[in-house]
Amino acid sequence: MPETRIVTKRLRDHPEDSWTIDRYLATGGYGALRKALGMSPEAIQDEQVKASGLRGRGGAGFGTGQKWSFLPKDVYPRYLAVNADEGEPSTFKDHMLVERDPHQLIEGVVISAFAVECHQAFVYVRGEFALGYERLRRAIDEAYERGFLGRDILGSGFDLDVILHRGAGCYIAGDETGLLSSLEGERAMPRIKPPFPAVQGLFAKPTVVNNVETLSTVPAIIERGGDWYAGLGVGRSTGTRIFSVSGHVERPANYEVELGTTFRELIEGLAGGVPGGRSMKFFIPGGASSPWLMPEHLDEPTDMDHVQNDLKSMLGSGAIMVFDETTDPLLVAWRLAKFFAHESCGKCTPCREGSGWIEKILYRMSHGLGRPDDLDLMLDFGDNIVPGLNAPFAQTTICALGPSIMSHVVSLDRYFRDEIAERMGADTRTRIPVAAPGGGSR
Amino acid sequence: MTDQPMSQWPSEWEYVLPVRPGPEQVRITVDGREIEVPNGELLIKAAQEHGTYIPRFCWHDRMKPVGMCRMCLVEVEGLRGLQISCATPVYDGMVVHTQKDDVRKAQDGVLEFLLINHPLDCPVCDRGGECPLQDQTLAFGPGESRYVEEKRHFEKPIPISDLVLLDRERCIQCGRCTRFAAEIAGDPLIDFGGRGDLTEVITYPDDPFTSYFSGNTVQICPVGALTAKPYRFAARPWDLTTSETSCVTCAVQCRAAVQSSSNRLVRLLGVDSDPVNQGWLCDKGRYGYEWVHADDRVRVPMVRERGELAEMSWPEALDAAAAGLRKVLDVHGPEGVAVLGGGRGTNEDAYVWSRFAKGVLGTDNVDAQLGDGLPADIVLGLPRATIADCDRAAAIVLLAPDLKEELPVLFLRVREAAEELGVPLIDVAPCDNGLTRNADAVVRYVPGEVHEVIADLVRAFAGDRTGDDQIDRAGSLLTGRDGDVVVILGRPSLAEAPDSVVRAAALLGARPGTRFLSALRRSNVHGALDLGLSPGFLPGRVTLDAGRERFSDAWGAVPGRRGLDASGILQAAVDGQLHGLVLLDADPIADFPDRRLARDALANVDFVIACDAFLTESTRAANVFLPVTVWAEKPGTASNIEGRVQRISQQISPEGTVMSDWRIAAELAARFDADFDLETVPEVQDEIARLAPAFAGVDAGLLRRARDGVVLPLADHHAELVLDAAGPPITDASWEPILPGTIASEEGVTSHVGTGVVEATGTGSTTTVKPGLTEVEGPVGSRAEAEALGSAARDTIAAGPPLHEWDRATGRAPAQARDAYALRLVSGRKLYDAGRVSAASPSLAPLAAGATLLVHPSDRDQIGIADGEEVQATSGRGSVVLPVRATPGIPRGVAFLSFNQPGPGASDLIDATAAVTDVRLEMVGKSS
Repeated sequence: MPETRIVTKRLRDHPEDSWTIDRYLATGGYGALRKALGMSPEAIQDEQVKASGLRGRGGAGFGTGQKWSFLPKDVYPRYLAVNADEGEPSTFKDHMLVERDPHQLIEGVVISAFAVECHQAFVYVRGEFALGYERLRRAIDEAYERGFLGRDILGSGFDLDVILHRGAGCYIAGDETGLLSSLEGERAMPRIKPPFPAVQGLFAKPTVVNNVETLSTVPAIIERGGDWYAGLGVGRSTGTRIFSVSGHVERPANYEVELGTTFRELIEGLAGGVPGGRSMKFFIPGGASSPWLMPEHLDEPTDMDHVQNDLKSMLGSGAIMVFDETTDPLLVAWRLAKFFAHESCGKCTPCREGSGWIEKILYRMSHGLGRPDDLDLMLDFGDNIVPGLNAPFAQTTICALGPSIMSHVVSLDRYFRDEIAERMGADTRTRIPVAAPGGGSR
Repeated sequence: MTDQPMSQWPSEWEYVLPVRPGPEQVRITVDGREIEVPNGELLIKAAQEHGTYIPRFCWHDRMKPVGMCRMCLVEVEGLRGLQISCATPVYDGMVVHTQKDDVRKAQDGVLEFLLINHPLDCPVCDRGGECPLQDQTLAFGPGESRYVEEKRHFEKPIPISDLVLLDRERCIQCGRCTRFAAEIAGDPLIDFGGRGDLTEVITYPDDPFTSYFSGNTVQICPVGALTAKPYRFAARPWDLTTSETSCVTCAVQCRAAVQSSSNRLVRLLGVDSDPVNQGWLCDKGRYGYEWVHADDRVRVPMVRERGELAEMSWPEALDAAAAGLRKVLDVHGPEGVAVLGGGRGTNEDAYVWSRFAKGVLGTDNVDAQLGDGLPADIVLGLPRATIADCDRAAAIVLLAPDLKEELPVLFLRVREAAEELGVPLIDVAPCDNGLTRNADAVVRYVPGEVHEVIADLVRAFAGDRTGDDQIDRAGSLLTGRDGDVVVILGRPSLAEAPDSVVRAAALLGARPGTRFLSALRRSNVHGALDLGLSPGFLPGRVTLDAGRERFSDAWGAVPGRRGLDASGILQAAVDGQLHGLVLLDADPIADFPDRRLARDALANVDFVIACDAFLTESTRAANVFLPVTVWAEKPGTASNIEGRVQRISQQISPEGTVMSDWRIAAELAARFDADFDLETVPEVQDEIARLAPAFAGVDAGLLRRARDGVVLPLADHHAELVLDAAGPPITDASWEPILPGTIASEEGVTSHVGTGVVEATGTGSTTTVKPGLTEVEGPVGSRAEAEALGSAARDTIAAGPPLHEWDRATGRAPAQARDAYALRLVSGRKLYDAGRVSAASPSLAPLAAGATLLVHPSDRDQIGIADGEEVQATSGRGSVVLPVRATPGIPRGVAFLSFNQPGPGASDLIDATAAVTDVRLEMVGKSS
């Protein structure tokens, strides 16, 4: 099944210069902006974006139009923050969009800012995006030069300034309130909600935080209509999205397909399947934070609600990691735990201590020092981080990193319990290991 | 040092928790019990005030909630998941469960998480026995550990300042210390560094945690991560006896809990008195108790024989003292005798000395101040404000020394008013000070000329434009604001005579809607002034003339006419007019602005009696030395900057044979055939209440019942009385916060550590307590009774001599034109100096920074030296060699020198007879 290219069309058609203003204009760029500026903000919000059913593409999947509607009336100024801090391991779609079609993002930003009546937007780009930052910087400058940013955009009377801000290297700046803290000059620590960013966000003013891919989709929605977009996809997962497929596949890459496409079509169809004639052991459907799925789930559709409610996982950031039969699931779990323990901001107790504990236990388990009851131990105290342990996740933590640290543990229990029990040994006594190095080499 | 605090919360932008609209009081249900609470109050606080304790670590009532520890999770019906009660405002109809299984499991879980990296230090940790982590683990946590991994390790402990040590392994990352430093103290010198479970509290590379308030972090730290050097390994809480008292190191008189073991003072903790200090103490007050046990305290009376001070018995010493005074009186009359001091004793000490000096000796040469304050006429005669009035003032005008150095906890209150409560702050000073960066308008003046800028300021308040940017800005700040302007009035510089400030005070006092909060610093100087230890006054804020009839009746006699103040007394001594001097716990050579004058004066007096605790340069030459009891060794009351009378406790028995000031005065009086008939402190209090008009109604009985003391006069402040407060509805077994009135009587009964929970029935009409705590029953305060007391007091005052009101008559305040080659000197105190609290407390003595002359960078360049090099500073009075440093906070043409630092310094340069002091600076070695 081929891709359905909406946000990736230009960069696929013109890999040699898709990021330049000239190519952008030559391929119809900023036409949607012109059209949008002739509409009312309410019309854009309701008739286009809300009607399109567009949901956040960063990981949480919250309805974009609905998020915009939370802004309190008559409170100004408002801010728009673009979350270009793509940090979810194995996700690399925003990386591509930022490098290869920055103007599409900018056009989306301007239309969205116009729709929410905001005059200052911030693009928070992760510090590690070196080329992406340069391309964005140049694109923003070009947009100013050509009158797509700044005062009286295209003669509409609408002003917008875009400030490009680089992150300093932490995953948690990808959490919306962590991002806002970082923009305010503080450490990127998430904040308790309420108050919610839409009511009190950046500088305590109403703020909308949206993902790069989400905003990049807005021009197309304006151009071709919200109803058109809603006609693509499946159920409440409308439109298309980019899946970053990686791991044990022939052709790891970004693929843009209609939501509802099956995992098989993505992994085996587009990405060529597991190479070397080996078989798949398991795959992670939505970035490192999501619970794992098994080969038996390959024919399931990539429908956000279905994946969450029926498969007890999440589509998250749309990053699919494929692991073949040679993979040790404990090692994968440990490596993921190590990531989260390293990235935990340390503000709240369950994540701060729990992530480190899980990392240490999984290190032992994956390096021959595990005990039979280690898995149950993690599940038990994990219930104090994520009560109920299953999607949709409840959490005792401040932010969603809490549930993330339990996803792989829950997956081990769901699908690899027997294999693990065998490896840990039949000995049911608790053995205290000798010289287990603390925390691996975080 | 960073300009912007790098903390996670608070942000400097105004974040508020959303409150649902509703009636002012709402009804919520907690664990099946319906209670009435203010709408929007934090659930954790509302529950606590009605008897349900929700465990917590990071939440502190005096700081904004951050929701970090996750210990306070509760179930709120209708909301998904568990909620953190510290950041959940209540709403009408809220139904809360704090004890259900899911909540208990979460609590157990959080404690388990906290304990996995927490070291098993309890046996060696100061916090053991009064530790929220221990207590909450026992009440809400797991019984055994399941953690078999290696805990994280840090080098421990590490000093983060001279007084505080940090143990990062024990830290549970609650953020109380970092938030206190940034939010309350304004010293963001500690913050979190690192990430995840390797998060640690850090200081910045070249800036240790040298905050004047660092000790508060030790008190509020829920574990033993922050410990204080003076208290480390000193005691276990169950060995301590505790009483509630006031710290009297400065005149804010913060409410504190003083603790001792085996008759040695061991620790001070802040008590959360809402009108005064709200739980905070400065480090000097907190650790400034060690001097009470100094080895070189004098504990035996001494009389000079054949040129040397020899130990004597009390009767002999008192006889010698009385004889010496009698000889002076016989030859020179009462004018030849003077009493200096009394500002460091209790109110009872002050009253009885007032009676002895004025009623028996007949002299009005009595001054509790040492030329370093403001005339009592002004302090007692201007309309007064309370500390809490700062919270709601139309504006606060600072006309005082650096509050951060002299009255630190008042600095905290003013800072909070400016930063959090939106009160405009106007900084009128000769140099930058601790509050300058919180000020909305910064008005500078040439020392000696403050009355001129104040004249402009008063005009600006009236709406005129003066042409000065900052003054006009100050005027505009009043627009749209209700309430009075509160002027914090003190002596901004010891290097200028008070005349200019007095004139400024008169101008401000003429403006309606202006009230004054005194910023005099010394200990109990306000109590001393209230009880008549000032020329021209009698006890109770009445003048000599107004009170003559009443006090002549009661005492037998009062002086015929007004006597000399401290400067006058010392000058009279130099002129050979003074022959007998009592130094009542006073050290003029250290504290009088002009040291040469003080030295010459003391050398020239025939007969000196020193009532003191130490041999100082001032007392060393006394003819009779009578050793006195000091704070914590005697019960009594003291009055703070608001005129609030609070009880101070006797926590220890003094060693040696020392006597309280008031008893000495009574004994001396007896030797003059005046029988005061005063045997106990309550008797003195009752006599004061009977005779001293401002103290009408404030007898021993009322003092015992008033939880927050009594602001005088009772007639005007009865509405603030909190009577018979029967302890808090909740006891937090781990000391935070300690509420006033919750520690049993000053007779040293063990404090209320316990694990019981109080159940309140109704809205406070009776409270009963679960077993384990003291049974308390009875009406909790009564508005009607307070009102009745107030009006009785009003009637009493109306029937007697009127309270003094200042007529605002002032003399001229001429300034000298400044010599173009000289800098005008400004001198104020630093918190740590050569005074006895700092110098005789081993933990604080090393912190006195020494005297450095601070000048503007261009003035330093003009002299041609580098920072740190020495100059010779010469005034009309003397010459001193000092290091110099430039700082932009000092205006051009001004030099700042801190007062009473070890070694020669400001008081060797200041000319007390001149309006201002100018200094010439020369490089050392060059001739002029």
